Amino acid sequence: METLKLLFKSPKFIAGLGIFVFLFLTAFIYPAVVDKNPFEMVGLMYEAPSSRYILGTDNFGRDVFVELIHGMKTSLIIGLFAGVIATAIGVTIGLFAGYKGGTVDNILNSITNIFLVIPPFVILILITVSLRSRSLAVMGLVLGITSWPWTARAVRAQSMSLRGREHVDIARLNGASVVEIIIREIMPYILSYIFMAFVLQVASGILNEAGISMLGLGPSNVVSLGTMLSWALLFESVRSGAWWAFVPPAITIALITFSLYFMNTGMDEIFNPRLRS
Amino acid sequence: MSSNDEIIKTENLTKVFGSGKKAIKAVDDVSISIKKKEVISLVGQSGSGKTTLARMLLRLLKPTAGKIIFEGQDVTNIEGKEKKAYWRKVQAIFQDPYASFNIFSPVKKVLLDAFKLFDNKFTKEEKWRMVCESLEAVNFRPDEVADKFPFELSGGQRQRVMIARAHLIKPELLIADEPTSMIDANLRSGILELLLDLRDTEGTTIMFVTHDLGLAYYVSERLLIMHEGKIVEEGEADKIISEPDHPYTKQLIADVPKLSEEWLLE
Ligand SMILES: Nc1ncnc2c1ncn2[C@@H]1O[C@H](COP(=O)(O)OP(=O)(O)OP(=O)(O)O)[C@@H](O)[C@H]1O
Ligand SMILES: [Mg+2]
Repeated sequence: METLKLLFKSPKFIAGLGIFVFLFLTAFIYPAVVDKNPFEMVGLMYEAPSSRYILGTDNFGRDVFVELIHGMKTSLIIGLFAGVIATAIGVTIGLFAGYKGGTVDNILNSITNIFLVIPPFVILILITVSLRSRSLAVMGLVLGITSWPWTARAVRAQSMSLRGREHVDIARLNGASVVEIIIREIMPYILSYIFMAFVLQVASGILNEAGISMLGLGPSNVVSLGTMLSWALLFESVRSGAWWAFVPPAITIALITFSLYFMNTGMDEIFNPRLRS
Repeated sequence: MSSNDEIIKTENLTKVFGSGKKAIKAVDDVSISIKKKEVISLVGQSGSGKTTLARMLLRLLKPTAGKIIFEGQDVTNIEGKEKKAYWRKVQAIFQDPYASFNIFSPVKKVLLDAFKLFDNKFTKEEKWRMVCESLEAVNFRPDEVADKFPFELSGGQRQRVMIARAHLIKPELLIADEPTSMIDANLRSGILELLLDLRDTEGTTIMFVTHDLGLAYYVSERLLIMHEGKIVEEGEADKIISEPDHPYTKQLIADVPKLSEEWLLE
């Protein structure tokens, strides 16, 4: 409770949280209130921003502002989904590897390393080949599955440093199972750490979505910030001087990830007293 | 040699940490025997391997070699149910009363958790009654302390909760690894008294682990002197203090100049 109060005194955390909440609410409330189809072609190709279309139109003559809001929603959903998956896998593997040590640790560590060296794109391409459509859930899943290793690494180190503590020995002497010990004696001590890792995973999920969508491997049948960039790239908006087609999604991606990184640094300063100024 | 009044013994118990050039032989070929209902102390300087030996006896650490025999049964490699049954009979109190607590659990949970060892043998009411009795046994008022979190208790109070836990489980052998070394000096004898009470009221065998020969002499009937992983001397406390054999024991005694007086003053 005390740390939570401290957290809300950290300017970095507040700024990050504020921006994120604002973007999040915009992305989810606007489409619910204003019923506009982002795929509707309302004008000509690359109309400059005007009072009618404040961010102009894209290569298909669609309203960039409407696309941006819908794209933000898609990207946030994929990012959050990827963050949850990556955190769940990474935390589970990291906790077990760190607590058990020995052979279990060696095996889990090898798996982690294999995933670290396979580029996410390779797995995504493989999955694309086997699946006709890429839904938001599939995108989130794939991005999550490819980015859990570093969470696993970080959590493993923490888990390892906690397993020798005496309350863990007391739990063992109570006959508690490994799962019980991990959940009750280890995990609560690193919750703040897990949350920080989650925030970073969401940010990297959103960045990776953009990267992968720019390769043309984005989610099907929806607008995301990544697919917007991909279209802008494909239809030479840069050469046409149609900056409004790529600058807004790029800035939005930057804003979301910066807000998350800010939250993370704010939390880091509070949770790691050594860094507290 | 196995006699009826022996509770636990080890045969050539050894623990090596690491391997190759960096290997540390923390416990080296230790064969000891502990009698039922005795208070025995394992004494040695820091790093001599006391905690490692204690953790092996507690089955928290796998020995590299050797055997542990408890009441005639080889318990070196027991697992699962048998290990749980072993922990009903062999329990511990650790050095650091702060680290012994999960900071998220109130006192009553620390005690109720111990019932895992008894596989739902008791009803909720029985459990609660036993928790209260154990807290009373260490001079707490149950209603005052049961809902307290560890950060609300002092080190001495926490160690009393750990003794209450031992009281609840009523093990046959209690291994106390430096139970007073992190507690204010003026509270130490109180904690020791509570531990010794356990032997008097429940017949618990107690093994103290300590670097403090004075304290060991004060509380125990027999001593095991440990040095660099080996037990170099064992026997009656009085005899070891008055006629030490091993040079290391002599040095330990020399380091505690007013041995008997210091503790008799308390
Ligand atoms: N988990 C471990 N891994 C590697 N070495 C260890 C480990 N635990 C203990 N050791 C080493 O084994 C030796 C004996 O340590 P141990 O903790 O048993 O000594 P101790 O007599 O209890 O000391 P103290 O009085 O400081 O508690 C030391 O050299 C220590 O560094
Ligand atoms: Mg020790």
